[in-house]
Formats: sequence, C-alpha cells, structure tokens
Amino acid sequence: MSLSPADVAKVGVLARLALSPAEVEAMTRELSTIVGFVSQLDELDTSAIEPLAHPLDTRNAFRDDEPRPCLTTAEALQSAPRHDGECFLVPAVLGETGSA
Amino acid sequence: MQPSELSSLDIVSAIRRGDVTAERVTTAFLDRIARLDRSINAFLAVDRDGALAKAAEIDRRRKAGQPLGALAGLPVAVKDVLCTADLPTTCASRMLAGFRPPYDAEVVARLRRADAVIVGKTNMDEFAMGGSNENSAFGPVHNPWDLDRAPGGSSGGSAAAIAADMAPASLGSDTGGSSRQPAGLCGITGLKPTYGLVSRRGLIAFASSLDQVGPMCRSAADCGLLMETIAGHDPGDSTSLDTPVPAYTQLLDQPLAGLRIGRVAAHFAEGLDPEVARGVEEAFAVFKAAGATIHDVELPHARYGVPTYYLVAPCEASSNLARYDGAHYGHRCGPAAGGGFDSPLVEMYCRSRAEGFGPEVKRRIMLGTYALSAGYYDAYYAKALRVRRLIRQDFLDAFAAVDVIGGPVSATAAFRLGEKTGDPLAMYLVDMYTVATNLAGIAGISFPCGFTKGGLPIGFQLQGPALSETLLLRATDRFQHLTDWHRRRPALPAT
Repeated sequence: MSLSPADVAKVGVLARLALSPAEVEAMTRELSTIVGFVSQLDELDTSAIEPLAHPLDTRNAFRDDEPRPCLTTAEALQSAPRHDGECFLVPAVLGETGSA
Repeated sequence: MQPSELSSLDIVSAIRRGDVTAERVTTAFLDRIARLDRSINAFLAVDRDGALAKAAEIDRRRKAGQPLGALAGLPVAVKDVLCTADLPTTCASRMLAGFRPPYDAEVVARLRRADAVIVGKTNMDEFAMGGSNENSAFGPVHNPWDLDRAPGGSSGGSAAAIAADMAPASLGSDTGGSSRQPAGLCGITGLKPTYGLVSRRGLIAFASSLDQVGPMCRSAADCGLLMETIAGHDPGDSTSLDTPVPAYTQLLDQPLAGLRIGRVAAHFAEGLDPEVARGVEEAFAVFKAAGATIHDVELPHARYGVPTYYLVAPCEASSNLARYDGAHYGHRCGPAAGGGFDSPLVEMYCRSRAEGFGPEVKRRIMLGTYALSAGYYDAYYAKALRVRRLIRQDFLDAFAAVDVIGGPVSATAAFRLGEKTGDPLAMYLVDMYTVATNLAGIAGISFPCGFTKGGLPIGFQLQGPALSETLLLRATDRFQHLTDWHRRRPALPAT
C-alpha cells in the first residue's frame, strides 16, 4: 500500500495543515511505510468480530439538567489570539479578503 | 539523610510529625532542580515562588494545629499535559506557547486539596506523542543515567525528574506506554491505572479511549500514596469509573504466596536485548522465591498490538487535535498571504496548525485523517477496532488462568538520543510491550529489575486485569522489599 503525493496533499487539506512541498514529499514516503506496516492487520479474518471503540463496558453518564457555575466570558477568552471582549475574532469566513 | 533522598511516604510522615518543615523539603528539591536541570531539561516550568509559599502555608497550619491534607508538603512534578491554572501548560508544543488554562485538571485540583506542593511542569514529547522525549518543541530530556541517552517518552521529564531526585513524586500520562516505558528506561516505578480510574478532565486529550493519568515515583508504595489522592470518580469526566478507591498503602504488606504470574514466551522472541531478557528472567526468579508461581500464557494477537495502536491512536488524535484552530487559544499565524486557500479563515487554520505543530504530531494527524477519510474508514479504523477486541479478549482469557502477566517493558535499555529519530516506524516499535494494556483498558506497572553492564536500568512490567491496582502495587512492593534496584541512583553531583 503506498500513497501518492496527490493523496498526501488531499489529506493535508482535510487535516487543515498547510504542508510545504518538502513535507509532502517526506510525508508520502513515511505514511506509505506506516500504512504498509499497519496493513498487516489484514492477515486476520475479523468479519465476525464487533468493533471495540471503548475498552470498558460503560454507560452514558447523565446528570440533572440544572444550571451550574461555568467559565466566565473573560476566562474563556483569556488565551484567545484575538477577541473583542465578547467574541473570538477570526478572518473572513467567506471571500478573498479579510485580516488575520 | 537529605530530604531529597527520602521516599514520598517518609516525607509526608516526617512533615506531619514535625521532624522537618515543608519549606526545607521543598527548598531541597528546588535547589536540586536549579543545579541539575540545566543538563537534564526535565522541567518546562519551575514554580519556585508558588511552591515555597505553599510550603510555608503548610508549616504555618501545622504549627497552628490545623488539619493537613494527605500529601501535605510533598513536592510533586506534574507532566505538562495536565492543565494548571497558575502555570503555563504547553504540552511541549509551540502550539500552546503562552497558553494559560482557565482551570486546573481534576488530578491537579486533587493534589492541591491534599496539600501537595506543585514544584513545576515536566517536559514531554509534544502532545504526548513519542517514545523518547525528542519530540518536545523545547528540547529533549537527557536520561540521568547517561546524559547522551533518551529517558523514554512521552513522560520523559517526569521520569528523569524522579531518577535525578529533583522531585519525590510526579504525575505522568500513559496512552500507549508513556508512563511505563520512561519509568523503565530511567529506573523508577510508573503505574498505568485502569482506564477510567483516574479523571481525564483537564488532561490534554491525545487519544481519549486510551489516555490515562498515572503516578511516577521511586517505589510502588509511593505510587499507591499518590493514587489514594488522584483516583476516584469525577462527575466532570463522563468515562470516569464510579468505583471505591482502596487504601492502597494499607494493603501492601501481604505475602505473595499463591500469586500466579503469567509469562508470555513470545515476549522473549527475536528483538529482545539479551541483557534485558536476563534481567527480566531474574525478576521472575525473585517472584518465584517469594512464593509466586510462574505459568506460560499466550496472548495470540500480541504482535498486532502496535499496528492496531498506530491506527486507533492517530485516528483519535486527528479528531482531538482539530481543536487547535488558531481561533480560540494557542498559536495563530500572521496576516493572510493568500494563495490557494478557500477563504482567509481556512488559510488561518491551515497555516496556524502548520506553524504550531511539530513533525511527529503532523504525521499522526495526517495518518489519522487518512485512515478516517471516505473510502478508508472500514479498511483501517474499523478494522483496528475489531482487532482491538481480539487483543482485549486475549487478556480476559489469560486472566482466567493467572492473576497478572509479567515481562519486559521495552526491548532495550535507554537508547541514544538521535538513534531512532530518522525512522518513525522504529520509534513506534519501542511501544511493543506496552500498547496492548491501553487497548484493553487494563492496568500495568513498570519498575526496575536490574542494570545492564553499561549501567542502564532494566524495567519489568506487570499487567493485571481492570481494577487490579492493589495487586500490582502489592506485588511490586514485595519485589522492592526483596531487591534494591529501585534505590539505586545515577552518579550526579552530590547535594
């Protein structure tokens, strides 16, 4: 199993990582090796096995829906790269212009 | 005896009795950090003022006859993956440089309520991804036993801090061996508790179905002391187990007669260093002489542990690390430069993440994103979850015949810094004996069982069923009464 540079570039877009051409090249090689390694799981016939997403038998943890203290706006914003005291500020969501 | 040579249990009782002040104990460890850490790099932040203020407060309260917490005056080093409201929390990543968490991790809050003294935050592989600590954005940790060697990872700073007596107790985290493997390579004791026994609230998420916080100390008894404070139900963690916490330190002193220890022949196959194999076999002999019986067991899917882990963990990581978007906290790139992005917002996401994350974190995000992407999900992620069930079933079957399973923690003693950095897959294989514990959600402990001719610690691992911590700590404590490997110290400048 090997990945092409185009595969890696596409995954980079999905993962929201701006990869340099050198990173795409290195990642193509490394991910192909790793994907080849993990593909040894194909040796096992697991058609009758249920996936196990969580190691222990747990149930949903519910609590009563009542108000409790939570973070203040100031606390929630304290490490924000940009904010106006009320909201997080981000560049334009649509279109070509905007400021970071 | 210097305070820095005392066990955590001894420190707590000496302070309680008034034999020594919390301030003197804290000062002794802070002084060692100041002197030694330039060459070890175990700490990313040291809170000298905060620690001394807390110690002075404890001394005042003791003199006034006020009640003290269970860990009163005990200096604790906390892995930088755990949120601390009053100290930087970076996860050893440029992404979180300057980040101040708005709240303490639950385990940190519990330490504070128990009157522990938090001395600082320890170095680690970035976002806990790595087995050597070389993935830290702030430089690798050096193994106190040989400064040219890796301390293991990802909790390498916590392990090195204990090995160099810069703290008597620390917290690590273990997603695939990240407490046990560095404990093994640094000659200390590290516990990976059962999934859900210790709260994950405020533990920065790597792989949420695998992550678990655990104590890293000099001995099993000291690990038990910390567990009494950090374990137990937390309504703020939806996967937290609602189960009583035993008084671990009161349950240690029992004979091992009748303990059934499993031995997996495949653990001793090709790839295990002969010196490590010898140390591990000698440990089995110690257990046998103490009345335990050794039984052959099989874990038929053990060799699929690493490939399963390197699908499950990156998939969960790619999802968890999506939160680092440059918008809410963490690194944000400079002004838009344009060029091929859908919008200024998408450009900000992509460039902030590219600048903030290091190479191994990017690799795992990419691997996880690929394995979860349309057309590949069933072939990789769902497949890995099916094998995960087989791996867990292996343990359930084995524990029908034995109480615990013993073996090596890692295939070699500490390797040289730089030795594996060019080969991601070689680095992944350092986890070969530890990842299955996390995939199965069970408990494991690692402790020193000898040294190589070159003077490097050899680690032994015991794995037990879910909620077998009492048994693991008891067996290790017995071993540590019969041996003195855990008392050995690296040659560092004297106090």
